[in-house]
Amino acid sequence: MYFDYAVVLTLTLIGIVLLAGLMGLQKLLAPSNPFARKLMPYECGEPPTGNAWINFNVRFYLIALVFVIFEVEVAFIYPVAAVYLDWVRRGQRWFALSEILIFLLILFVGLIYVWVKRDLEWVKKVPD
Amino acid sequence: MIAVIVFWTLAVITVLSAMITAFSRNIVYSAFALLGSFAGVAGIYLLLGADFLFIIQIFIYIGGILVVTIFAVMLTQGVADMNISNRIVGLIPAALIALLAGAVMLEAILRTPWPHPGTAALNPTTHAIGNAFLGPFLLPFEIASVVLLAALIGAIVISRQAARAEA
Repeated sequence: MYFDYAVVLTLTLIGIVLLAGLMGLQKLLAPSNPFARKLMPYECGEPPTGNAWINFNVRFYLIALVFVIFEVEVAFIYPVAAVYLDWVRRGQRWFALSEILIFLLILFVGLIYVWVKRDLEWVKKVPD
Repeated sequence: MIAVIVFWTLAVITVLSAMITAFSRNIVYSAFALLGSFAGVAGIYLLLGADFLFIIQIFIYIGGILVVTIFAVMLTQGVADMNISNRIVGLIPAALIALLAGAVMLEAILRTPWPHPGTAALNPTTHAIGNAFLGPFLLPFEIASVVLLAALIGAIVISRQAARAEA
């Protein structure tokens, strides 16, 4: 089983070597003349003010929460999807399919809930 | 031989990232350093032959938990220039607790008779888990969906008020 992951390891190593090599080469070959004005972040010619770490809109947090739940759903579906073809070959296609569909349907209720309750919309300053 | 090199590389990445997470004065760096820690643990899962746990670790922890953590950090007011005043006061109790917890863990590690599972344990686990979901564990599998639904609605109901109040 390790053999399958040798590909992953090789790709990771190639990625690291390529990135480090190219950036090192760039460091060696390129002329370096940094000064304060040159190191300023480029914001369409405007001089930037304040910190780059501004507060995000809280709406993103709600979306992220919904996202995590549906990601866990995918994590549950994934091993079933891995064996789905085996079950089809054993003639139990409709059994496997309906089990996955029931699983999805139950969580689809959750999607409808957040949709209807308008939690996926942009949070406005005006109270509703 | 390669497995040993890979293990030590992963272990060093995991521990160094965890140390950055713990010791960084900037909570944004702490949140991002968790990435290395999670990825290193994922690699160790793979090395132990737990391919399903590996995918879940990448998927849920790096893809989900980390994103929510970074969002939470970035949503905090003035997170970059937060000034913690009692840094030294916390250091000594923290070191004591860490030493104590470390001693308990070391004792547990030394007392456990780690049996070697042999090479059979290194077979891919994902297929077995999938078959178990459709076979003996069919009902828990479907109930997991209901649990997720409850978690989704609960999380949204709790955070909705705060989100609307702050916006």
